[in-house]
Amino acid sequence: MNRMISRLSEQQNLWPWLLLLPLSAYLLVFFAVPLADVVQMSVTEPTLGLQNYEKVLTGSLYRKVFLNTFMTAGIVTLCCLFVGYPLAYLMAHTSRRNAMLILLLITMSFWTSFLVRTYAWMVLLGNNGPVIWLIQAMGFEEKPHLLFTRFSSTLAMVHILAPYMIMNIYSVMQKIDKSLILSAESMGARGASLFRHIYLPLTAPGIANGSVLVFVICLGFYVTPVLLGSPREQMAAGLIGHQIEEFLAFGLGSAMAIVLLGVTLVILGIYHRRFGLDKLWG
Amino acid sequence: MSSYLSLKGINKSYGDFVALDDVNLEIKKGEFVTFLGPSGSGKTTTLMIIAGFEKATRGEVEIEGLSLAGLDPQDRNIGIVFQNYALFPHKSAVENVYFPLQMRKVKRKEGMRRAEEMLELVGLKGFSHRHPKELSGGQQQRVALARALVFGPDLLLLDEPLGALDKNLREQMQIEIKRIQKKLGVTTIFVTHDQTEAMSMSDRIVIFSQGSIQQADAPLEIYHRPKTQFVADFIGESNLLAGKVVDAASGILSSPVLGDCTYSGDHQPAVENGQDVTIVLRPENLTISRDPIEGRMNGRMKIETIVNYGDNALVIGLSGGVPIRVRVLGADVVILSEGDECCFSWDEDAIFLVAE
Repeated sequence: MNRMISRLSEQQNLWPWLLLLPLSAYLLVFFAVPLADVVQMSVTEPTLGLQNYEKVLTGSLYRKVFLNTFMTAGIVTLCCLFVGYPLAYLMAHTSRRNAMLILLLITMSFWTSFLVRTYAWMVLLGNNGPVIWLIQAMGFEEKPHLLFTRFSSTLAMVHILAPYMIMNIYSVMQKIDKSLILSAESMGARGASLFRHIYLPLTAPGIANGSVLVFVICLGFYVTPVLLGSPREQMAAGLIGHQIEEFLAFGLGSAMAIVLLGVTLVILGIYHRRFGLDKLWG
Repeated sequence: MSSYLSLKGINKSYGDFVALDDVNLEIKKGEFVTFLGPSGSGKTTTLMIIAGFEKATRGEVEIEGLSLAGLDPQDRNIGIVFQNYALFPHKSAVENVYFPLQMRKVKRKEGMRRAEEMLELVGLKGFSHRHPKELSGGQQQRVALARALVFGPDLLLLDEPLGALDKNLREQMQIEIKRIQKKLGVTTIFVTHDQTEAMSMSDRIVIFSQGSIQQADAPLEIYHRPKTQFVADFIGESNLLAGKVVDAASGILSSPVLGDCTYSGDHQPAVENGQDVTIVLRPENLTISRDPIEGRMNGRMKIETIVNYGDNALVIGLSGGVPIRVRVLGADVVILSEGDECCFSWDEDAIFLVAE
C-alpha cells in the first residue's frame, strides 16, 4: 500500500517535467545536435584524429589569438568595472527618481541591438566623424587613427557590456543593509577606510558576478571586434569565422570553438564552486 | 545628582512633523536607562541624535558637560548595538570585534588579543573564527555587544537588540547584558518597546510618547506612581476610572463606578477638592468574591469574559457599563463562570490617582 502511494506520488512528480519538453526538444534539435556536429567535425575534418586540437593548442598564431582574446576580455572587464562601479554607486545612493532615470538610459542602450551600437561607433569614430572633428577643432594638427584599432573595439565592447556590470553591482549595492554602514561609522570608520574595509567587500559579490559575465561574454564576442577592431589583433571568435568563411577549414574552426567553449565552461565552473551559478543573474 | 549625559531641550522636526518636543534628561555615570515607548514615540530618534546620525533641530547633547554638537558619529566614542546586530558578514567574529580597534589604529596583534578577551567576556570563547552566518541569533548578539564594548566607549546604546530572539533566549540575554554592563560599569541606554524587558533590566525607565518624555523614574516608581494617564495605561495593566476628589485632606473621592471611597495619601500627587482625576486600579490588586468582604471596599460586577493563562486568569466584568479587569490565581478561577454576578474588592492603598 505504502509502496503504491510512493510510486503514485513519484509518477505525479514526473508531470512538471513535461513542461520542459518543448524547450528540451528545441535545445536538442537546434543546440545539442549542431554542437555534437561541431565536436565531430573537430576530430574528423579533414581526417580522423586530434591534429586540429594539436594545431590550435600549439600553433603560434592560435596561441597569439587566444592570448589576445583573454587580454581583450580582461581589459574590457576592468574598464567595465571602473566605469560601472561609480555609476552603480551613484544609482544606489541618489534619489529614487534619479536612479530610475539613469536606469532608463542604461536599459535603453542595453536594448538597442549591439549591431546598431557597433555601427554607431563606426560613425562616431570614423575619419569624418564628430570625434575627429572635435580633436581638430581643439587645435591638434594630426588626425589620429581611431577606427579599426584595439582602442575602438575595446571602447565599443565596454559600451555594450557595461550594463551587465552596472546591473550586477547596483543590485548588490541596493541590498546593503544601511545599519552596517552606520555601525561602521559609529566605530570610527570614514572615507577611504570605510570603503576599503566595509563597502568594497560588501559589494564584492556584485563585482564578481559582473566580471564573470562580462569576461565570458567578451571571450566569444564576434561582430564588434570584427567590424571595429584591428585586423592584426583578431579575437578567437573572429578567427573561427575567418577559418570557416575564407578557408573552409571546418575542422580547425570547430576545434577552436570547442577550446573556447571549454575555457568558458571552466571559468563558469570555478565561479560556480565559489559562489553558485544561480547567483549570476542577481 | 551628578549628571554624566545630559539631553538639553532636544527638538527634532521633519517639516511640519514634530518627532521630538523638548526632551530633557540627565543620566548618571554607570546608569542603565531604558527608553520605553510605542513605535513612533521618539525613543529611537533620540538615540540616533545621541549617536550623531541625526541632527537635533534644537537642543544639546552633552557628556560630562561637553557638547557633542559638531562631532561626527566617528568621533563620539559611543558603542552601538543595532536591532539586527549589523555584523559585517565578510569578517569573522573576532575580526568584527577588532574592527573598532583597527579604526583606532591599535596594532593588529594587540587588537586581536583584546578582541579575543572581549569575546571571552561575552561567553563566546572558541567561536572567534566563525563568520556571522555560522552563529546563532544569540551568539551574533553577543558578538555585536563585544564589538560595541571593546574600545571602552563612553556610552553604550542598544537599539531594541533583543527583538529578533525567541522568549527563552531573550530572558537569558537580558541577564547577560545586565551582567556585562555591571561588570564594565558602562553608562547604557537601552531602547525597547517591551515593558517586561524594561522592568527587569533598568535602573531607570524613561517613557516616551508622541515625541516627549512622559516620566523618567525607577521601574517600581513608574509602576506604582504613574504620573500620567498614558504611563498608567502603558505600564502593566490598569483599570482607569474617572473620579472626583471630595476631600483631599482625608482622602475621599467619588466615582460613578466605585462610588464614594477612601484612598491612602502618602504616594498620591497633590490634588485639590473638586478636582477631576483618573483613578488607577491594577487588576492584580483587586479580589473577586461572591459577597462583599468586610474591611475592604467593594463593587459589584457581572462577569463577561474569563481568559485563562494557566497560572493565572484575567476576569473581565462590567460594572455600571464600565469594564473592570481583575487578575485572579489560576486555582481560584474554577469557581467562576461567565455571566455570574460577583463582588470585586480593594484596599484603600491600591488606589493611585493621576491628576492631569
